[in-house]
Amino acid sequence: MSADSTTHPEVGTVPMAGAQWRWPEVAFWLCAAGCILLFPNRYLILTEIAWLALFALSLDLILGYAGIVSLGHAAFFGVGGYCAGLLALHGIVKEPVLALLVAGGAAMLLGFVTSFLVIRGVDLTRLMVTLGIALLLRELANKFSNITGGSDGLQGIEMQPILGMFAFDIFGKTGFIYCLIVLFVMFLLARRIVNSPFGLSLRAIRNNPLRASAIGIPVNRRLIAVYTLAAFYAGVAGALSTQTTALASLDGFAFDRSADLLLVLIIGGTGYLYGGLIGAVAFKLMQEFFSTITPQFWQFWIGAVLVIIVLIGRERLHRWAMLVPRMISAKFARSAAP
Amino acid sequence: MSELLAIHELRAGYGEAVVIPKMSLSLGEGQVLALLGRNGTGKTTLINSIVGVTRRFGGTIKLGIDDITSLRADQRARAGIGWVPQERNIFRSLTVEENMTAVALPGPWTVQKVYEMFPRLEERKSNFGNQLSGGEQQMLAVGRALVLNPKVLLLDEPTEGLAPIIVEELLAAIGKISRMSGICSIIVEQNARKILGLADRVVILERGTIVHDAASAALKADPAVLDHFLGVAGAAGHTQHRPAGSPGASTH
Repeated sequence: MSADSTTHPEVGTVPMAGAQWRWPEVAFWLCAAGCILLFPNRYLILTEIAWLALFALSLDLILGYAGIVSLGHAAFFGVGGYCAGLLALHGIVKEPVLALLVAGGAAMLLGFVTSFLVIRGVDLTRLMVTLGIALLLRELANKFSNITGGSDGLQGIEMQPILGMFAFDIFGKTGFIYCLIVLFVMFLLARRIVNSPFGLSLRAIRNNPLRASAIGIPVNRRLIAVYTLAAFYAGVAGALSTQTTALASLDGFAFDRSADLLLVLIIGGTGYLYGGLIGAVAFKLMQEFFSTITPQFWQFWIGAVLVIIVLIGRERLHRWAMLVPRMISAKFARSAAP
Repeated sequence: MSELLAIHELRAGYGEAVVIPKMSLSLGEGQVLALLGRNGTGKTTLINSIVGVTRRFGGTIKLGIDDITSLRADQRARAGIGWVPQERNIFRSLTVEENMTAVALPGPWTVQKVYEMFPRLEERKSNFGNQLSGGEQQMLAVGRALVLNPKVLLLDEPTEGLAPIIVEELLAAIGKISRMSGICSIIVEQNARKILGLADRVVILERGTIVHDAASAALKADPAVLDHFLGVAGAAGHTQHRPAGSPGASTH
């Protein structure tokens, strides 16, 4: 009786029309690809930015679109990281792409199981439950040090060449290109999802879950689905981190990592997918910059930047940042006019 | 006319409070029922109980041959209960088109068909929910309920706060919807005069109980009944003040 299945085939095409690529998006990805040539000495930090961006994208899916707050998203990152590390270390799956999928799948399974706990409460409960799950997993990883390496982490991880063709090099070039491609593919998938009727229903749930339920949106089922999906994304990000650094450690589960991720989204903004990506770039560059000029107090300056962002407002900052490009385009428009 | 919605001895309310003590009501295919009554008589509670957002203490609700009593609100919506709530409940951060696309189900009513019914919505399809006038929001709320392809459409005070010309347009559209697609409708309305021309049948509630159930034509012909229960001579289009102490004289 309950037609629980799908939306109308015709309406599936409607939101897609609104998801057409715009030139700033194309420019963003061209810039990202251009980094391969432009910054040959900075592959390591670029790689970190790429997997952090994917991790932030994962949190944006649940926070920005479904309104699920989490302080323990690192749980999935850690599981993905350890899974990829253990698979490679024991020679079970050494091919990076396959390991990535298996690690993502493991995190996804954890996400599915824990999603039932997360959907039970509202914001504060969710914060505590997610934080609790991450702390639990961290302690479990610490306890079973014979498997996880304890506080030393998993070391000596060696990956085979990607798809049997592209070996990881010492400069990190292959690693960066690999991370960037994975990020791009995962981004495309996320973009498709958030612009589908499923994604729209998530935004409706974020607006008001009770209203959404009363007009036919199965709220809990949708939240479980997006939470599980986000866990997959976070697991893949964790696996990328392990594969490119050849290390999986307890830090993967740390509270700091989840908190940093929230900062990334605060800097970049939520609910438009690029927030995580832009935030990751800004966060890592700030971290790099401040830790160079003041190694002991770099967190103070990042905190100060966050306070400024909150006080001034991201929209106003965005307006200021776009002032020059707008002036240039206006000038071109005037000169092109007859 | 086959029975589409059957409510049997429904007892419902909020928390511990019982607003509808015991009510039975049935509705046939394509029928338009006007639910009248003063404020606080249980009209919205009845609608909300059919939608599934109140507490049920007893009784059953059937949609066709299916018992939907134990279904959640979202399951009832997917089974065929379309709801246009009093507050419209438009999702502000979604555009007109996205508001409908987010909930649409397969069936004859598509987003395009809603645009044909309400051309104004098509003009505004890229506007966000909070950029619409009251009338446009109401049209969108009706459109959003329609793309669920419901069997029963529940409209809770759809004309409240709208300009007369928009009210006319909206009521004409609701009548057209019922005639075109056989959807049966329950319309809660404070203003009896507006709704009598559209409804086939009128039910008047008092304290959560049906006190009058008759064909709309009969009520139109006998405004004294409306006057008795609501203090309004609906068909005549003017308000009559009841003498003090008579039933229903206290509020309006």
